[in-house]
Amino acid sequence: MAETTIGQSVGAERTTEIQDAYMAMTRTKRMYGGIMLVIFIALMTSGFMLADSRNAGGFWDGILNVFNFPGEVVKEASEKITLLPALMVKFFPSLIETINIAAASTLVGGLIAIVLSLLSTRGLARFPRLIGLFRRLMDIMRAIPEIVVALVLIFVLGGGPVPAMIAIALHTTGALGKLFSEINENASLKPLEGLESTGATWAQRMLLGVVPQVAPNWLSYALLRFEINIRASAILGFVGSGGIGYDLKNAFSWGQGRYDEVAAIFILLFLTIVFFDQLSSHYRNKLVGKV
Amino acid sequence: MTATADTMPVTDLKQTATALIARKRFIAFAAPAVILAYFIYLFFAFDIPGLVERARMDNARILVADSYSYKTHITHDNRSGGLSFAIEGENKGTYPESMIPDFVTRNGDDSVDIALKARESAQIDGSTLRYIRPDYGTVTVTVEGRDIILDTPDGEVPDWISASNARVNITGAGGRAIVTRARTEVYRYSFGWELFWFTLDSPFYGKGFGELAGLALSGDRVVADKSNLAAMVHDFWNNAMWRHKDVIWAIFETILMAFLGTMGAALVALPLAFLAARNFTRLMSIRFAVRRFFDFVRGVDGLIWTIILSRAFGPGPMTGALAILITDTGSFGKMFSEALENVDNKQIEGVSSTGAKRLQRYRFGVIPQVTPVLLSQILYYLESNTRSATVIGAITGGGIGLLLTQAIITQKDWEEVSYYIVLVILMVIAMDWFSGWLRGRLIGRNEAH
Repeated sequence: MAETTIGQSVGAERTTEIQDAYMAMTRTKRMYGGIMLVIFIALMTSGFMLADSRNAGGFWDGILNVFNFPGEVVKEASEKITLLPALMVKFFPSLIETINIAAASTLVGGLIAIVLSLLSTRGLARFPRLIGLFRRLMDIMRAIPEIVVALVLIFVLGGGPVPAMIAIALHTTGALGKLFSEINENASLKPLEGLESTGATWAQRMLLGVVPQVAPNWLSYALLRFEINIRASAILGFVGSGGIGYDLKNAFSWGQGRYDEVAAIFILLFLTIVFFDQLSSHYRNKLVGKV
Repeated sequence: MTATADTMPVTDLKQTATALIARKRFIAFAAPAVILAYFIYLFFAFDIPGLVERARMDNARILVADSYSYKTHITHDNRSGGLSFAIEGENKGTYPESMIPDFVTRNGDDSVDIALKARESAQIDGSTLRYIRPDYGTVTVTVEGRDIILDTPDGEVPDWISASNARVNITGAGGRAIVTRARTEVYRYSFGWELFWFTLDSPFYGKGFGELAGLALSGDRVVADKSNLAAMVHDFWNNAMWRHKDVIWAIFETILMAFLGTMGAALVALPLAFLAARNFTRLMSIRFAVRRFFDFVRGVDGLIWTIILSRAFGPGPMTGALAILITDTGSFGKMFSEALENVDNKQIEGVSSTGAKRLQRYRFGVIPQVTPVLLSQILYYLESNTRSATVIGAITGGGIGLLLTQAIITQKDWEEVSYYIVLVILMVIAMDWFSGWLRGRLIGRNEAH
């Protein structure tokens, strides 16, 4: 009888001990969480206030005017609504150019990325010692913003679609190369061994052994990239060269009187982006299989 | 009977296999052919032959040469007399009265000898310029009233000199000279980014690293009311030629845009994502509306948002941050709601069995499950938005993007352009590293790859 009571009290003591320790841990965790939250809120508010003070127009003045410009555009466009279809036809060639820039840069970038990714995957690389070099190369390609390359190339090559194409292709190479090499790492090496035993060269081993395993995943990432590149090519057009972005800039800087053109381009751009967004997500689901 | 029954499927199988292989062979040839045809189409659509003609390789040379070297202008005013020395010919780089570049020797008020590169030299003596090339001889250009007289050793004009009666250009191997009625100018190219640390009016100009370190530690004050180190920092920070202060601020503004935009978008998107997720919102109409809202915001695209917002808010980092915020709200909303639809219901049931209310169920049952996915997406976007902020800055007029486009548009300060490019790349790499590090700390190494 006496023994059991002692046992119970010891057990109860242990329980309170464990509970105290647990509560202490929870408190520290909560404290850290609280501190993180406070720091985050402080960063956000001070950042917001700083950005507000360095902006030409303040936030609270601006927020009331947000709808002025879209309102003007909609008003003018609705007055000239009969002209809109004709304007959309007029800007269609520029839209095609924008899409071409995106498609060409995705293709070129994707093809180079395939080679670079194979060269920088452990187990597949042709020159295993140079893996680091190829990886850094892709890092740098990824880090350079497209606008930098585009603006420098415009100075040398003159305006037009090619500077934008090269700029986006460079970035695409870096971005896709990294994703591709992550896919390559999961490829089974057994087909490669089989091919090697028949005396296949490196290119043959890659083409026949690796590509069939990883092609659907590559394609899926490339499609996603294509969608991103359409947006990028529209933006680059606005900043300097070629495509529908350039027309948008001209119409926009003309100001009132050409807002029907602005509206037409907005609609075209919106429809294109939504269309390719849907198209790419449909095919991506089909290729990889929805999880 | 059984034998025929067995062989039928075999021939069937053979047929499907042949068909499959035929299809694969077709794709293997058709896909490259289509790509090739597309490239041929692009070759003409992008007007590549015309591009080759239009390409300005001389611009490329200027760009490359300018990005690692600078030129010093030695100018004689042919109308009112007087010599001036200026780096890049800019006001900010003009040597003060008492100072001359070390490759120039003064012979008199209006007369100097200039040592150029490649053993060439030039001499300005009043309105007379003598350009001396060792293997050729001396070219003399004199301005007399309204005439410019060119005199070469053999009386002929070689192809590195272009001369008209209003202007003579001499392009030597180690320098250039331009003579017009108004002024005689000699350019000397030198390696490096001149005045990067201190401008000519700073007392620290032209001192080596060791000398500067010595000065920083010594008590003798170069500038009366400041310690040496503070004076050095002040002179560097306010460098008029390279504008370090503005550049660092611009980089900071760009990062600020990316940070505010990304985090703001995440904060807006999270509650909306609950409304768009099937397992949290039973009402089909709300779900549909919120999802279409995400699609709309994403479809309108950053470019259009940036234009609309820059009209309302004017140029600056706030505009860029809001543009990123709005665009990414769509992307985050879509991804977050997908993540929310994949949560495990068992945890939520467990929490609700303790009598937790709705908000508590979300806080303790759902958020811990989705945090790793959400955080890794937010951090990935933070890094990618640093790059977008550069472009958006170029459109709205804020941050490093603005400085970069301005420097490129002037088409002469390529050394500044290369300085900005280096800084932008370092900034992106730093943000890449930082977001990777943070992801590793917050949700564990294995996800960080």
